[in-house]
Amino acid sequence: MVNPGQTLAVFGPNGSGKTTLLKVLAGLIQPQRGRAYVEGGRRAIGWIGHQPQLYGQLTVNENLRFWGLLYDAQPGPDLLARLGLEEHANRQVRTLSRGLVQRVAIARALVHDPRVLLLDEPFTGLDRIAAEALSRLLGQHAAAGRATVLVTHNVEEGTELATDVAFMRNGRFVHCAPRSGRGAQQVGEEYRHAIA
Amino acid sequence: MRLPDVLRHSWVLAAKDLRVEFRSRTAILSAVVFVILAFVVFNFGRDPTAVPNVALAPSILWVTFTLAAILALNRAFHLELENHALDGLLLAPIDRSSIYLGKLIANLVFVATFELIGVPLLMLFFNVRLLPYLAPLVLLIALATIGFVAVGTLFSAMTVRTRFAELLLPVLLLPFMILPLSWGVQATVRLLAGRPLSEIAGWLNMLAVYDIVFVALALLLFPATVSE
Repeated sequence: MVNPGQTLAVFGPNGSGKTTLLKVLAGLIQPQRGRAYVEGGRRAIGWIGHQPQLYGQLTVNENLRFWGLLYDAQPGPDLLARLGLEEHANRQVRTLSRGLVQRVAIARALVHDPRVLLLDEPFTGLDRIAAEALSRLLGQHAAAGRATVLVTHNVEEGTELATDVAFMRNGRFVHCAPRSGRGAQQVGEEYRHAIA
Repeated sequence: MRLPDVLRHSWVLAAKDLRVEFRSRTAILSAVVFVILAFVVFNFGRDPTAVPNVALAPSILWVTFTLAAILALNRAFHLELENHALDGLLLAPIDRSSIYLGKLIANLVFVATFELIGVPLLMLFFNVRLLPYLAPLVLLIALATIGFVAVGTLFSAMTVRTRFAELLLPVLLLPFMILPLSWGVQATVRLLAGRPLSEIAGWLNMLAVYDIVFVALALLLFPATVSE
């Protein structure tokens, strides 16, 4: 169970079922056994994944307005500024660099101010500035009493943000506990031991 | 979800598709070029002394519109695969039938666009008088188009994630197009021959029933076709 204000980082090697877990939480896949429940349903979920889920022919503003309309929400006035996207607002997404596209994808996921963020390898493809902006946003998200589930195979990038850590192997949790002050190095050693 | 919300989300999705198409002009341009090319080729290939234009034009009209529609339908869901936008749509708090309805509206606008260009071209190339029968002809084309675009939009969603989507779509769709096409051709032949409207009323009714049945079925089946 992930409570408001908690950030659960799930680590696992490729093929361990991390993305499938997020899809189950998002309601995109029905679990074969058990059930997953997110308070507030799909409206409460923001998703940042490998793929930006944006339309290349539309501008940044048009994309955000489109996704906002589907969530009955308006993009906040400071959303683009927080991600350093103000000057790119009227550029078509297909003309942006990969790092900028990923920043727009983050803005898209936050457009409806979700209570729960599901992040699938969110730092992949981000430049240093965007990675720092994302870390800052995730910190603000947690400080506002929102929940986050982050899955990644990179222990270093996920640990600092996490209040709780879990390890997955072959579709199962082999470890799930509060981080309790453990650093990336200690979590990394425990992770390597757990999945060995 | 309430009907006004479903319709509002459908329009948001359709407007997005139309804006993207307006920017890229890939589907509509290839369909329009195909319509013009088909009419030009048929125009030069016919022998007006052997078969009168009035007898030939309806078949050419419907074959051309059908194949051009398949070209446009093939692209309907490809747009959603770029950057995995379809996952985003499935995650959004909207009824999945809104996605289908949005695509249907956008596809109908695409197909109507090249049909609007095609009808005057048919008059020009084949020298047939359509103006006296324009209102019933427009109704006939609209009813037939809704039917095959409704089925085509569903099949486009079904086939888009397959390896041979562009081959599969026509293979699946063409059998379902036989009925509306044959009714459309027969009704058009009678219209152009100046027969009374009562003679085509039966086909118009059949097309309306076909539309209702297949739009309802597609709305019912669509959520299952996009689920993982």
